[in-house]
Amino acid sequence: MRLKTTALVLSAAFAAVLSHPTAATFPSDDKSIVHVLNRVAFGGRPGDIEKVRQIGLQQYVERQLHPERIEDSALNARLADFRTIAMTSREISERFEQPMMEARRERQRAAAAGADPNAQPRRVDPAMQSIQQGANGVIVELSEQKLLRAIYSERQLQEVLTDFWFNHFNVDARKGRDRFLLTEYERESIRPHVFGRFRELLEATAKSPAMLFYLDNWLSADPNGPHAPERQSRAAGRNRGQFPGFPPRRNPARPGVGASPAPQPPAAANNRRNGLNENYARELMELHTLGVDGGYTQKDVTEVARAFTGWTIDNPRRGGEFRFEERIHDAGEKTILGHRIKAGGGMSDGEEVLDVLAAHPSTARFISTKLARRFVSDTPAPALVDRLAARFRETNGDLRAVMTTLLMSPEFLAQEVYRAKVKTPFEFVVSAVRATGADLVEARPLVRALQELGMPLYQCQPPTGYKDSADAWTNTGALVGRMNFALTLASGRRFAGDSATWERAVESALADDLSDATRATIAKANDAPQRAALALGSPEFQKR
Amino acid sequence: MTSRRVFLKNGAFALVTLGFAPSFLARTAFAAGGNRRAKQLIAIFQRGAVDGLSMVVPHGDAEYYRARPTIAIARPGSGAQDSALDLDGLFGLNPRLGALKPFWDRRDLAIVHACGSPDATRSHFDAQDYMESGTPGVKSTEDGWLNRYLQARKAEQLSTFRAVALTQQLPRTLQGHAPALAMSQIGQFGIRGGAGAAIGASFEAQYASAADQVLNGIGREAFDAMKTLRIADPSQYQPEHGADYPRSPFGQALKQIAQLSKATLGLEIAFADLGGWDTHVNQGSAQGQLATRLDDFSRAIAALVTDLDDRMADTVVVTMSEFGRAVSENGNRGTDHGHGNAMMIIGGGVRGGRVYGKWPGLAADRRYERRDLAVTTDFRDVFGEIVVRHLGLGDPTPIFPGYNLQASNFPGLFS
Repeated sequence: MRLKTTALVLSAAFAAVLSHPTAATFPSDDKSIVHVLNRVAFGGRPGDIEKVRQIGLQQYVERQLHPERIEDSALNARLADFRTIAMTSREISERFEQPMMEARRERQRAAAAGADPNAQPRRVDPAMQSIQQGANGVIVELSEQKLLRAIYSERQLQEVLTDFWFNHFNVDARKGRDRFLLTEYERESIRPHVFGRFRELLEATAKSPAMLFYLDNWLSADPNGPHAPERQSRAAGRNRGQFPGFPPRRNPARPGVGASPAPQPPAAANNRRNGLNENYARELMELHTLGVDGGYTQKDVTEVARAFTGWTIDNPRRGGEFRFEERIHDAGEKTILGHRIKAGGGMSDGEEVLDVLAAHPSTARFISTKLARRFVSDTPAPALVDRLAARFRETNGDLRAVMTTLLMSPEFLAQEVYRAKVKTPFEFVVSAVRATGADLVEARPLVRALQELGMPLYQCQPPTGYKDSADAWTNTGALVGRMNFALTLASGRRFAGDSATWERAVESALADDLSDATRATIAKANDAPQRAALALGSPEFQKR
Repeated sequence: MTSRRVFLKNGAFALVTLGFAPSFLARTAFAAGGNRRAKQLIAIFQRGAVDGLSMVVPHGDAEYYRARPTIAIARPGSGAQDSALDLDGLFGLNPRLGALKPFWDRRDLAIVHACGSPDATRSHFDAQDYMESGTPGVKSTEDGWLNRYLQARKAEQLSTFRAVALTQQLPRTLQGHAPALAMSQIGQFGIRGGAGAAIGASFEAQYASAADQVLNGIGREAFDAMKTLRIADPSQYQPEHGADYPRSPFGQALKQIAQLSKATLGLEIAFADLGGWDTHVNQGSAQGQLATRLDDFSRAIAALVTDLDDRMADTVVVTMSEFGRAVSENGNRGTDHGHGNAMMIIGGGVRGGRVYGKWPGLAADRRYERRDLAVTTDFRDVFGEIVVRHLGLGDPTPIFPGYNLQASNFPGLFS
């Protein structure tokens, strides 16, 4: 079944669209449908083009903008067996983090009790190993969940946006205990807000233990504090007293670091008092709101950091939640971006900062630019960014309204942005599985594949998140990796289904876009899996 | 694709394809007839914060023995078994670094002690990030300093193998706009699967006529690289001059670097790393956990230097680790996270046989925050000097943004 596409209809349709520069009437040809599926969704699945054609593109996009109206039971059935994805951070800590810490303390006690210091590195302890595997399993499950949602959820735009916003408010699982916090972070702080107000999303991340830990704000304190009531004794080990006396135990963060995962003795050698930490304040303005050229100064960074002193984590070693700690808060007056925050505001200082930043024109522009880059092109038209930024401001950052404007804009459907984006490895892997219609038996091989393709899930180290432009993802090794992934996927050992079906499905996902050279190689191939592999590894399929 | 960056890339690729077709043959010929080899830098990262005071032992500083009652390395000539190998009366090498001592004696090995980052962090995560980005305290730097070097310096020959990391993922320090390869096994770089050759040829044909110029160029590079490696035939590699690489992953990584270097593929920057240095418990002294790691580390580097032989005249090997460890041992016969550390620099005309850097001393009031070896040499001055005086980059200022790099602050490793 070769898909009959009517490419020429496109230009006529776009001409019609362009005469109404603010509200597009959606064309109905297959190529436009493929385009929308590549942007609003993670590519099409077998049969998707027909389904969208039936209800019409406009209707499809409007439905995607209201995921709560879309039934998603097939996905939920696939996720039913995951133990951790519905757990709170507290439950995850109890089940996985604390046994690990206890085992480490045990080992340390044994070592201190006079084990031979010259002994060979101890043999693998099966109990410890199983505890360790359980702990590592949390992020593996979260990653599998992300892949399954991206591949199988009917609420595709919600998943595209969850991926976008998580990356915008990036947290790396490899920083210390963040690997136990990301499950709740994505589920509670990101996904529920992607069609809500930016200001709410911003506060959800600002108060998340994952972000507080990742960007060190939980440690940030008035250097002249702590203020009354008197600082509690660290040795008392009372839950409340754990902060800020205990410095974070920074886990080995990189491959190879973890050979001897014994914890630092809590604060034993670390008697210094905590002071102001500017890390979150800087990234909040540079990466989350204003953008690096958004018009703030080093003085603003310091003032914002002062406002956020005391925004910390309650009982951090036990998966605790956000808590405002008056004792370490700098109660003085602050001025940020010319806006005065009166002395004595307590926790509301930080909230006031979020108000100012969320309403700032630089934020509207920065967020609009990033959204346009994700959905339209690496170099979005300034006129489009202007319209999105205006919509952002007039709706007080209503993200559904901004997305509606974006997806209804003529620029979104313009011919020159058709297949103009190079897929990230995540988009490539997900769209390849979707194109084949494969019924995934387990997602773990895909988690590993993304590691090999240079985009390990939840492990982007800098707070910038992964880049969303072609130059980050086009390099020699990665390209060879993509071809190999296509071969592995199409060989089908891990997946149920019939390869002849995939072959047809893959062709339809590519519409009529295959070059003559690609067609010729496919025609020469021996069997259906090879043909599918050649299509999925082709230059055409690397773009969306 | 209309972005400017992509446009520039197109230009570069056009050069490759028009000027030297097929480029891999031209490249091989270029290399064979080339009259001068480009400079090389081999960067080695000890991830997890190695204890520099156990690598390059300040045996002449009495405080060292007071602070470390159970894990110190014995004074040279103290009669103790496995005592430090004296370097200059103040410092000695851990005996398990003995494989490197001949290079010190030949003045090919220089050491910079009390070296590190001005940033106070004791987080592995942050400190590795800062050392690799080359921007202590700034987390949002997008690229690594080695990549910025590649960007700043026009390649003498366009080569897929200009920058190679023998790692699974491209390390932070090589991430950025300039192309760099990561491969953990060079023998495995290629199209997998039984139908490899035929499928590979099909993919090659697809990318050769890809409409997208960037994918077209990169596809060409990828298939060139595969062919080049097939000709070089890594499986047939034999180390020379009696070099004996450990069978460890690190030993094998360095062996592959030597192999790429000798295959004259235009290798300029190579990178390898090894972990296991985070010795909070039972660190050991001249025997034990740390000693075992040092043994592997030094024997692999010694094999590399031996194997490269006269190529070492154009090659510098530099070792680094994110921070050092606390001066005093902890309650578990180990050491906690510290500050200043030791770096080693071998080859390439380095003025070896000397320990560089001002020694701050280990007395409590001389320590950083009263607990750690203070930093007297900024690691960027070591990297900066290598970039300028070894690699020969005229203007190194873009490599370390925000840092006032000045020749007068260089340790003076090269004449």
